Amino acid sequence: MITLEGVTKVFNQGRHNEVTAVGGVDLDIADGRVTVLRGPSGSGKTTLLTVIGCLARPTTGRVRIDGEMVSGLPERFLTEVRRRTFGFVFQKFNLIRGLSALDNVVLPALPLGVAHRSLVDKAVGLLEHFGLADRVFLAVENLSGGEAQRVAIARALINDPAVVIADEPTASLDGERVGQFLAIAEELKRTGKTVLMTSHDPRITEAAIVDRLVTMADGRIVEVAP
Amino acid sequence: MRAAFERRRHLLDFAVRSLARRPTKNLGLVAIYALVVFLVGSVMLYGAAIRREAAVMLASGPELTAQAMVMGRHEMSRTTDVAALKGLRGVRRIEPRLWGYLWDSAGAANYTLMVPPASDGAHALAKGEAIVGEGVARARRLAPGKMLFLVSPAGKFLKTKVKSVLPADSALVSSDLVLVEESDFRAFFELPPDVWTDVAITVANPREVATVAEKAALKLPGHRFVTRADMTRTAEALFSWREGLALALLAGALLAFAILAFDKASGLSAEEKREIGILKAIGWETRDVISAKLFEGGLISGLAFLLGVIGAWTHVFFFSAGLFEPVLKGWATLYPHFPLAPTIDALEIATLAMLTIVPYMAAILVPVWRTAAADPDAVMR
Amino acid sequence: MSGRSPAERMRGSTATAIVFGTLTAIGTGLVVGPMIVADAAARRERAAALVGELALSDLALFTEARYTRNPSLADLHTPFQDGPASLEHFPTASLVVAPRGLPSGRLEAREE
Repeated sequence: MITLEGVTKVFNQGRHNEVTAVGGVDLDIADGRVTVLRGPSGSGKTTLLTVIGCLARPTTGRVRIDGEMVSGLPERFLTEVRRRTFGFVFQKFNLIRGLSALDNVVLPALPLGVAHRSLVDKAVGLLEHFGLADRVFLAVENLSGGEAQRVAIARALINDPAVVIADEPTASLDGERVGQFLAIAEELKRTGKTVLMTSHDPRITEAAIVDRLVTMADGRIVEVAP
Repeated sequence: MRAAFERRRHLLDFAVRSLARRPTKNLGLVAIYALVVFLVGSVMLYGAAIRREAAVMLASGPELTAQAMVMGRHEMSRTTDVAALKGLRGVRRIEPRLWGYLWDSAGAANYTLMVPPASDGAHALAKGEAIVGEGVARARRLAPGKMLFLVSPAGKFLKTKVKSVLPADSALVSSDLVLVEESDFRAFFELPPDVWTDVAITVANPREVATVAEKAALKLPGHRFVTRADMTRTAEALFSWREGLALALLAGALLAFAILAFDKASGLSAEEKREIGILKAIGWETRDVISAKLFEGGLISGLAFLLGVIGAWTHVFFFSAGLFEPVLKGWATLYPHFPLAPTIDALEIATLAMLTIVPYMAAILVPVWRTAAADPDAVMR
Repeated sequence: MSGRSPAERMRGSTATAIVFGTLTAIGTGLVVGPMIVADAAARRERAAALVGELALSDLALFTEARYTRNPSLADLHTPFQDGPASLEHFPTASLVVAPRGLPSGRLEAREE
């Protein structure tokens, strides 16, 4: 369970170009459910996602994960919480060019000192599971958009996170791939993962697997359904 | 323990894969880097080897050499001067020496003509005989039994038969020597029978050299006394000086490389910054990123260092520092051919490592630190 | 490589260890080898013996002039020495090409 209390995020605070991206958000994100943040671009949903995912600290307010206050933690502990709890699928996938699919998938596990053989076997297993068995050694810049996203998902899952965060997951996918992505999301939910997405794509926001739809505008929550 | 080791090993794996993405660029960098280490290393190894060689060899020379001085210039010593030193306490042996330089226009080289000391039975010569050094033999194509003709500046001829050639082992001290018999020497240079070039003094107790020199100077105020320590110091200073000169010449190349390395290492490209951001976002700590980047730097500089040092060692000790010969030999035409004894000095190698690896690693560390310490949320935007 | 499983591919760290290990071994071999094989000490001993017998005072490296051949026995601070083509005081000459028209040309020291 992730709890947000009065979270704000202000960029360039105190300067002439000060921007309030998130202005006072209270929200509970239930475990094992699919939550979607919806809203036009600039509504603050991606910024809120970075705060929830411990990529950034809120300017004011509190973030709790399973009751533990994480918003005030120093950088090192924040990193620790982040890699223990979250798996990220970025909008532009953010794979490292020049490295193979396999090398990209194992990246989050490297600093944990996992044994080499089990790590590689697990990564190959994930890639195979997502239908990428013949892409294991292919450099990621040679993958199609859908394949790159599935590599990114495999990378997000390598450390077995409780929460998977996806930012605009369908922005660069065509219709058929959207269905594929939803199937994966459903499978994640089925295996007990919490899924948190931002999207303004109706194919996502109106999908049957979505448990909760949070609508944002101008940095505030305007509607929570159901 | 195991996890900490495995973590480092994973980061090293990552560094290797990361470097392997641009093989041409990184191998080129290693090659240039190795060349710089090679040049600096060659100069250092050569300088140190020759200083050591000089120190060992000159350690068995005479403890004191007395030179007559007239108006600041070297003059001949008289037999009476030699006699004046006799009976000095602490002196084991007094050996007046005859030696001088001869410009040989046929060989276009300077020789050192010398009469073996009377005490030296191994090189005793009969009239008309000569023993030559390795360089002279090479320049004049001499071998035992062949004839050597010398012409003095005054036009006198000396016809000698080569008795033997000094071993190449000792070329470093004897390359240009031509040993002749005393009466031949005096006749050739038209010297009266009672003059000597200088006087070599052997002191019984090495700790008394300074005292003996002082007492001798009282007896022969017109003489200058050069101690063996002075000689070793001169050699030491001379070679340090030349080494310094060569390093100064290399400074330009070093500076150019430093700029290149600094530019490469410090100016993180947008792509590299993005990658660091990604790594942070997916759960790497600042220290993980820095470790991986330092591994990259360590791989490049370590590889270059090893290649450079091995190259320099081979160059200096297996090819007699062939590349430096033109600088070191100056105008001398009788440059000795001598093998340098390989000797390793851990401090030298450590200095070289400090000079080459540390600046490179430092140039990498600072910008990576700055980038890696930033919040990772930038990748979301 | 394709026949082996991904986990059995050579790791970068293994390759690094092999490359650095090999280079270190070669380096050590080059350093230690000649010390064992060549009788450097004996050679020095012989040279040192010759120095003792003939009472020599300097290295025969730079034979172009009196003060470079026997730097420790040269006149004190004499600026114009009597080398045939050398009118300088400090060893900068080692970096400057000798003037043209040096008597009867230079010897090729590497011949034979």
